Amino acid sequence: MLRLKRAFGSIATKSSLVQSDPLTASGTVYGGKHTVTLIPGDGVGLEMAIAVKTIFRAADVPIEWEQFDLTGYTESKDDTLLRQAMDSIRKNKVALKGLLYTPINRLGHVSWNGMVRKELDVYASTTLIKNLPGKWPVRHNNVDFAIIRENTEGEYSGKEHSPVPGVVESLKVSTQQKTERIAKYAFDFALKNGRKKVTIIHKANIMKLGDGLFLRTCREVGKRYESFGIKTDDMIVDNASMQLVSKPSQFDVIVCGNLYGNILSNVGAALVGGPGLIPGANIGRDFAVFEPGCRHVGKDIMGTNKANPTSMLLSSIHLLRHIGLNDHANRISDALLQVIKEGTVLTPDVGGQHSTTDFTLAVIGKL
Amino acid sequence: MKFRAFLKPLSRSFTEFTDGAFTKDGKHIVTMIPGDGIGPEISQSVKRIFAANNVPIVWEDVDVTPFLRNGVTTIPDDALHSVNRNKVALKGPLATPIGKGHVSMNLTLRRTFDLYANVRPCKSIVGYKTPFENVDTVLIRENTEGEYSGIEHEVVPGVVQSIKLITEEACRRVNHYAFNYARAIGRSSVTVVHKANIQKMSDGLFLSVAEEVAKDYPDIKMEALLLDGVCLQLVKDPTQYKDTVMVMPNLYGDILSDLGAGLIGGLGLTPSGNIGLKASIFESVHGTAPDIAGKDLANPTALLLSSVMMLRHMKLNKHADEIEKAVLKTIADGHARTGDLGGKATNTQFTDAVIANL
Repeated sequence: MLRLKRAFGSIATKSSLVQSDPLTASGTVYGGKHTVTLIPGDGVGLEMAIAVKTIFRAADVPIEWEQFDLTGYTESKDDTLLRQAMDSIRKNKVALKGLLYTPINRLGHVSWNGMVRKELDVYASTTLIKNLPGKWPVRHNNVDFAIIRENTEGEYSGKEHSPVPGVVESLKVSTQQKTERIAKYAFDFALKNGRKKVTIIHKANIMKLGDGLFLRTCREVGKRYESFGIKTDDMIVDNASMQLVSKPSQFDVIVCGNLYGNILSNVGAALVGGPGLIPGANIGRDFAVFEPGCRHVGKDIMGTNKANPTSMLLSSIHLLRHIGLNDHANRISDALLQVIKEGTVLTPDVGGQHSTTDFTLAVIGKL
Repeated sequence: MKFRAFLKPLSRSFTEFTDGAFTKDGKHIVTMIPGDGIGPEISQSVKRIFAANNVPIVWEDVDVTPFLRNGVTTIPDDALHSVNRNKVALKGPLATPIGKGHVSMNLTLRRTFDLYANVRPCKSIVGYKTPFENVDTVLIRENTEGEYSGIEHEVVPGVVQSIKLITEEACRRVNHYAFNYARAIGRSSVTVVHKANIQKMSDGLFLSVAEEVAKDYPDIKMEALLLDGVCLQLVKDPTQYKDTVMVMPNLYGDILSDLGAGLIGGLGLTPSGNIGLKASIFESVHGTAPDIAGKDLANPTALLLSSVMMLRHMKLNKHADEIEKAVLKTIADGHARTGDLGGKATNTQFTDAVIANL
């Protein structure tokens, strides 16, 4: 029954987030106005940010943006602006962020996305994969699951070295403490959203120590939630990816390490229509950074006014819920879903022929 | 330089199968590892079909039930010698013995025979519908190191480091194999799948070696794509990968190859080949299915398609084509499908139908 009551795609009710009090969730509130940090990001980020800002203005959302136009397309390792942006998040406690490009070049800077997540310790990446009410062709219906991904360690530790030329070691770090808190977050999330099952994704048959620790710790945490009716289940990552494309409806909440989360969220996104539809959030004890769940920069369609702003918009709706602006959140999400349901104004990624601007205006028209 | 000189001749022989063992009348001797669970039934099916097609192969059955020698999981000497002598083996599913100290059988075989490249084609089967159509991907996975190096330790209680090991040598041979394979099967490009934006040194090395190797194959294009993008695109529209061979480090390959199998209907339909310096082992990658073992219900398709890959590896292309055609026709016809494909036929009936279609 709980499941029926759940509002669409809520990351969820604000109580599911680590900070439940909207007054403290938003750091800076003056005269009822919230100040929120905005990092549009590279690629399609700017276009999506403009869409969000325009819709928020039209809906009279009491938010002042503190915008930082960072870009990862730079040779320099100078990160002054990144530092300023992070200080702003520290002050405001909440941010909306697009994705920043990370150079593949070995001499290039490390992932700034990763740096933001790690330094602010927003450890729980939450991605919602769900069929929207649109009429575009999808591979599967009845897809509705959340991926809770550890954000701060694992394969993305960034610890690599070359003991002799031609040999490289890359460290995957797994700790009990961080596994425990991500597991708790995942089970709490399940509990507060009326979900019934948490699936632990691992490769403990091969990485017996590292993933073994992850599996064991998650199972232990899971036991404490048994009496609340939440089942614990586990699956090896290769099988999970196969199951995901053949029987996605069996998943409810997925908890996994960093790399596996990256893979599964992309597979999931493809099932329901693409990365332009997937919202996400990175939640920590002190801060919350909302960003599209699939984490694509989208350079290929940058500047063409073709991006689907739904992922960023849904993320921003979750942001509104997080800081307690539920009425605004509902109003905007109703408008957005109506536009998607009608299907007359859609962006090309979901089979439409309209621009980001048209889509934005259509949403505003439904407010 | 010495190092390079050592590797060069190897790279040439990668796709060439010349040696191996022969009987006096010139037939190839191939090691058969029937495996556990449904293994014996499906390997029997392969043998019957091969006999019906007069494939010039003589089977040498071996048992690989592992034992611990000085604490290391080892396969019996008979099996070891057989594979080393014949250079080619066909293998059914194996159950990994449970117990302290046992490494998975697959890992043991990979290490014993240095099986460095895992080839995993996934092609839509006509007559078995999934939400994904016209899938035709080929994936090559580095099989010996990376995330599966097995090097792990607990630094202090509650803190574990698992090491992903990437070496230039292993990157080079798998990339050479990928380019050669692309050429051999007539695909125009090789797609290197990596995550070098995050793992700048390890995946960075894989990528830079691939770029270097690509220079030796001017007729084959090379493209480098991020793992996340490939996961997304592969599920969104798998047909984009029809004309390329994907190559990647171990873990990514493991996940993506099963993902590909999921697209076409599961591990019961996908073949797999493990190419090594000392020998090559072709296998079905599904489980032992103990629930239906011995009941004549198993679907031998995966092992059959693996044996077809094996025949191509041995340059017995005519037999490979004929058997492959017969298997696919049998599934497409639909009269003799096994239970996993929604039919009612037994393994024997399916095998009979394949033989009739030869």
